[in-house]
Amino acid sequence: MADPPHRRRAHVRSSDLERYAGLFAQRTQVMRSSAMRDLMAVTARPDVISLAGGLPDTSTFPPQTFAAQMTRIAQESAAEALQYGPTEGFRETVDCIVEVMGAEGMLPDPEDVIVTTGGQQAIDLLCKTLIDPGDAVICEAPTYPGAIPVFCSYQADTIQIECDGDGMRIEELEAALERLDGEGRRPKFVYSVPTFQNPAGVTMSLERRRRLVELARSRELILVEDNPYGLLRFGGESMPPLYQLDGGDFVIYIGTFSKILSPGIRLGWAVAPPPVMEKVVLGKQASDLCTSTLTQYFVREYFAAGRWREYVSSVSEIYRERRDAMLEALEQHFPPQATWTEPQGGLFVWATLPEYIDTGDLLAKALRKDVAFVPGQSAYVDDRGRNSMRLNFSAGGEDEIREGIRRIGRVIAEQVELYGALTNPAASSAPAPAKESDMDSPGLPRPGAAGSKRVGGDVLPFRKAEGE
Amino acid sequence: MKVAVLKGGRSLERSVSLRSGARVEDALERLGHEVLPLEADGALVRRLAEERPDVAFVAMHGLGGEDGTAQELLEILGVPFTGPSVAACVRCIDKSLSKHDLRAAGIPTPDWFAFNETAFRELGAADALGGLEERLGFPLVVKPSRGGSALGVKFAKSQSDVPAALVSAFSYDDRVVLERFVDGRELAVSVLGGEPLPIVEAILRAGDSYDFEARYEIGRTSFICPAQLGDAEATAVTEAAVAAYDTLGCSGFSRVDLILADDGPQILEVNAIPGLTDTSLLPQAAEAAGMSFERLVERIVDLALMAAAR
Repeated sequence: MADPPHRRRAHVRSSDLERYAGLFAQRTQVMRSSAMRDLMAVTARPDVISLAGGLPDTSTFPPQTFAAQMTRIAQESAAEALQYGPTEGFRETVDCIVEVMGAEGMLPDPEDVIVTTGGQQAIDLLCKTLIDPGDAVICEAPTYPGAIPVFCSYQADTIQIECDGDGMRIEELEAALERLDGEGRRPKFVYSVPTFQNPAGVTMSLERRRRLVELARSRELILVEDNPYGLLRFGGESMPPLYQLDGGDFVIYIGTFSKILSPGIRLGWAVAPPPVMEKVVLGKQASDLCTSTLTQYFVREYFAAGRWREYVSSVSEIYRERRDAMLEALEQHFPPQATWTEPQGGLFVWATLPEYIDTGDLLAKALRKDVAFVPGQSAYVDDRGRNSMRLNFSAGGEDEIREGIRRIGRVIAEQVELYGALTNPAASSAPAPAKESDMDSPGLPRPGAAGSKRVGGDVLPFRKAEGE
Repeated sequence: MKVAVLKGGRSLERSVSLRSGARVEDALERLGHEVLPLEADGALVRRLAEERPDVAFVAMHGLGGEDGTAQELLEILGVPFTGPSVAACVRCIDKSLSKHDLRAAGIPTPDWFAFNETAFRELGAADALGGLEERLGFPLVVKPSRGGSALGVKFAKSQSDVPAALVSAFSYDDRVVLERFVDGRELAVSVLGGEPLPIVEAILRAGDSYDFEARYEIGRTSFICPAQLGDAEATAVTEAAVAAYDTLGCSGFSRVDLILADDGPQILEVNAIPGLTDTSLLPQAAEAAGMSFERLVERIVDLALMAAAR
C-alpha cells in the first residue's frame, strides 16, 4: 500500500492572515516574537559557539543510571507510570522536593507543594491565578528573560527595580511601592531570583533578604522567589532563601529539577499558602491536568538511589571550572571599558559595555565570527539593558568558552575603537581611550570606584546605591 | 520539472529565508513539480551538480543569497535561476551603489552620504560628520549599506546620536549610508517580469516604526493593497518603481520600497529577492492582482526559464 500523502499545511493567503489577525486575543499583541529570535535562529548553526543558551550540562549524567532506573520503572510500574496522575503531583515526588528544599534549610509542608511542568509552568500558573490585565507586577532589572513573556501574556504592568551586586535595591523597591500607593495600586507580587540570578549572576545580600521579607510582612505583599540555582554554589557562603526567612507566609516559592537533574524531564514545583494553592491547582487542571507521570516515577527512583547530592556537587564542580575559564577569558579579552559580574554559582555572567554599544547589533557582528550571546535587552520590558549581555558558562567546555569570549572580545574592541575614531578623529590612528563620560554612564561603576571590575564576592557591574 | 529551492544560508535573514523557502516548496509541489529543497551550506554546489535541477528557485535573503553569490554559482553550474541576475543583485544589495545608479538615471532617492569603516578608522572621516546637519538635516537615517531587512537601521535625532548609530550600522556591514529622513507614506511596489503589481502601503500601529519585527510579525503592521492613492500619485509611484527596477537591471521579480512624500515618490531601496513569507508584500500584491501564490511561483519559474532560453 502506498504511503498516505504527506500532510502539508494549506496555503495561507494574506486575506487569511487578515482574518486570523481579527481573531487574535489582545494579549497576543504583547507576546512579541522578536528580531532577536530571528537572530537567535542563526545561533543554532552547528559552527556557532553559543554562550547564549541556559542549558545545564546533561552529558555527565551516567547513562547506565538512567537506563537502570527506566528499566526498573518499566518492569515494576509500567501501568501506573503510563497513567494520568494527580494534579498536585505524587506524594513521592513531593517527598523528593521536600528533601531538595531541606538541603537549603527549608521545611515546607508537603500539602503546600504542587508539582509542575518545569518551574516555567509555576510562573505561568501563578500569573494565571493572580494577574488581571493592567495589574502591577514587580521584578528585578534585569530579570529572568523567560518570565517577561509570561508577565506580558497576562498583560501585567511590569515594573523593574534596578539590581546591583547585592541584588534588588530595596530602597528603589520601596519608592516604587510608594508610587503605586499614591496611584491607589498594589502590586500583585514581587518576583525575584535572589540567588545566582538569571541573567545577572548576582546574589541578594542577607541584609536585603531580611529587609525584603520584612517589607513583605509589613505590607502584606507576596514575594515570588524563583530559585533554580541555589544548590549550584561553588563559592561564598550559602544564603537562606526568602522562603526560609519568611516561613512561607508571604513567600511563594518556585523550584525545579532542571538544574540539579535534568531540564528534559520538565519537573518543577511551587510552594504556596493553601488559599493560593487551591486556585493554582484549578489552574493547572485547566492547563494540562497533571505533570508527566513517567518523569515523576523517574525522579522517585533517582532519589531512592540516594546519590542526587553527589551529582549536584559533581556538576557544580564542572560549572566552577567553566566559570573560572570564562572570568579569566573576560579579563584577558574584554576591553577595559567592560565590566562583568563574578557569580559564585549558577550558570550566568552578566557583562556591561560602554553605553554606545548596542548588544543586539553587536550580536549580528559576533555571529559573523560564529559566536553568540543573549543581548541584555531581553531581560528588560523597556529600553534598558541595550549595552549589556548574558553569557552562559554551563553548556560548553572550557576551551569553547575561552574561544567564544575571545571572539566576542574582538568584536567589542573593534566597536570601541571605531567609536573612538568617530568621536575623536584626531586620535583615530591609535585606539582611543574610553572617555570619562562613557565610564560615568548609568549601569557602570564610576572610574576608580571599587577598583572598576573586581570586588570580592559578587561583583558590581551596577551602580551602588548611595548609602547602601 | 525538477525545481531546486535554495534557502537558509548564513545570512541574518536565515529564518525568513527558511519560511519563504518552505512556502515556495509547498506551492511547487502543488503545481506538480519535483521539489528539491536545498539548504545553502557547504554541500550546496555538490548537490546541485549531482541533482542537475531544471531550474533553481532562489528563496534566500540578505548576504550570500540576495547579493549575487548564489546566483554566480548557479551561472557557473549552468542552472537557470529565478530572480535578478548577478549584476542586478550586486547593485540592489548595496544601497550606496544603487542610489548612485538611481540618481544618475534621474530617479528620485533621498540625499545621502556613504562611508566605509576605513574612512573613519584611517582617514578621519568623523571630521566630515559636522556637515551633516547642513547637508542632510536631522533626524537622519543611518543604515548598513548592504542588508535586506531593517536590521541595524537607526534614526539619529541629532548630531550626538550619530556615532552610536554608526557603530550599530557598522555591525552589519563595513559600509554605511547616512540618508535624509523623508516623511511620507511607506509604499512597496513589486515588479514581476517588468510589470508592476498593485501598490502595497504599510501602516504601523500607533507608536511603532517599521523595523525588523514589524516586518515579519502578523498584527504589528497593517498592509493595504491596493494602496488608496489618487490616479496621478499611483502613476508617479508605479513609474518611479519600474524605472528603478529597470535601471538596476532587475529581471524576474523584485520589490521596490519607497516613500511617497509631499513632493512625490523617493526610492529607498530595491530588494532583489523580496520575502515570500505569509506576511510578505510581494505575495500580497500578487493576490490583489488576482494571482494566487501558486500562479506567482509558476510565473517566477517561467520567467527564469525564458531568460535562460534567450
